[in-house]
Amino acid sequence: MLKARIIPCLDVHEGRVVKGVNFLNLKDAGDPVKIARRYEEQGADELIFLDISASQQGRAIMIEIVSKVSEQIFMPFTVGGGISSLEDATRLIQAGAEKVSINSSAVKNPDLVNQISERFGKCATVVNIDPKRVKNRHGVVWEVHINGGRVPTGKEAVAWACEVESRGAGEIVLTSMDADGTKNGYDVEMTRAVAERVGVPVVASGGAGCPEHLYEILTVGKASAALAASIFHYDEFGIQTTKKYLAAKGVPIRL
Amino acid sequence: MAERNIVLVDYGMGNLRSVQKALEKTGFPASISADPQQLSEATHVILPGVGAFRDAIEKITQTGLHEALKDHWAKDKPFLGICLGLQLLFEWSHEGGKFPGLGFFKGEVVHFTPQAEMKIPHMGWNDLQVTKNIPLLDGCPSGSSVYFVHSYFAVPEDPALVAAWCDYGGPFAAVVGDNRRMATQFHPEKSQRTGLEMLQRFAQIPW
Repeated sequence: MLKARIIPCLDVHEGRVVKGVNFLNLKDAGDPVKIARRYEEQGADELIFLDISASQQGRAIMIEIVSKVSEQIFMPFTVGGGISSLEDATRLIQAGAEKVSINSSAVKNPDLVNQISERFGKCATVVNIDPKRVKNRHGVVWEVHINGGRVPTGKEAVAWACEVESRGAGEIVLTSMDADGTKNGYDVEMTRAVAERVGVPVVASGGAGCPEHLYEILTVGKASAALAASIFHYDEFGIQTTKKYLAAKGVPIRL
Repeated sequence: MAERNIVLVDYGMGNLRSVQKALEKTGFPASISADPQQLSEATHVILPGVGAFRDAIEKITQTGLHEALKDHWAKDKPFLGICLGLQLLFEWSHEGGKFPGLGFFKGEVVHFTPQAEMKIPHMGWNDLQVTKNIPLLDGCPSGSSVYFVHSYFAVPEDPALVAAWCDYGGPFAAVVGDNRRMATQFHPEKSQRTGLEMLQRFAQIPW
């Protein structure tokens, strides 16, 4: 039986893993390769690296990190952040990334999803979607935001997820801007709404504070995978502790 | 006997370094080559693969690699296909049309049939059901989890070709082949220790 995946996410800024709340107030959490190795030993199912550097230099460092990780860590990993062209994606895949994920650039240039998918296949093409609950005259909608949550796009999350799927995305990482960093739990309602509409796996992200939250998102939320950062970085709950908890509750998990 | 010489076939699609590094980690250096001549000197050949079936088979044919692969195969020398590298060994694939493969194994490659709540691609860790005792799977009992990422899978004409099954909306071939020439639908190089041990056992097959 296919297992639910537990995916630690590493936000990388200028070559260092960092963690912030709602994309702000970054704290240093260590060396990406070392942290990746530790997660591998602890039984993480997959890793996601998100490059949040804004500089060219940061991007170049990221390529080096990807290449080191792929030579030392024998598990699948996705790299996202700052990919705005097929060339950017190609560089990361050639450096050893399994999958690449795009976010703002998919909104600005949706054809990039098709290009990456045609070149490297659906299996290597991931789109990150960052919705925020916004009130408009129709009520509350999940509006997709870009540029680290700062810029609203006018796109509704479920419709956008369906569009990127039809353009060739093989996986969607859905990060709730409202829940991110709060540790109050994932946005179950939104995740479920997206997961029920798309045929590709959905990775839920934003809000994990304890193993119960992962249980909720993998069952009620219908996510194929749960992403978490701070609860694993600071050893609040170990990956094994979390996985054992989920297995005991009947979630298919690789132990 | 010539010295062990493991060659990873590079036909220009994707990164082979992770397979190379995984082998190196288990104590077996391997070279990456796109040269049919170098391939003909290999004792062990590994055919990895990512991307589309059609592009891959075109590149393999254009570069003359298919002859070298056929030759290695015909001599019953150790051969391992990985993921798309498994699918390429079959006669036909239905990915994006109908395209001929290398035809070393009888059978074809088809898409998963979508069912309710079943996500495609099949992406993540899933269990093996081992049905054949081949060296690659020594010490890998049924129930071992390995990492899959694919939307297509091979249907061998003879089910006895399958050495391990996996279940995703029904059984499909996860490992095919015999003691010497085999292929995995999953990625051993991404399957942590379980996968590294398989690569090690492949490298240890006498040639």
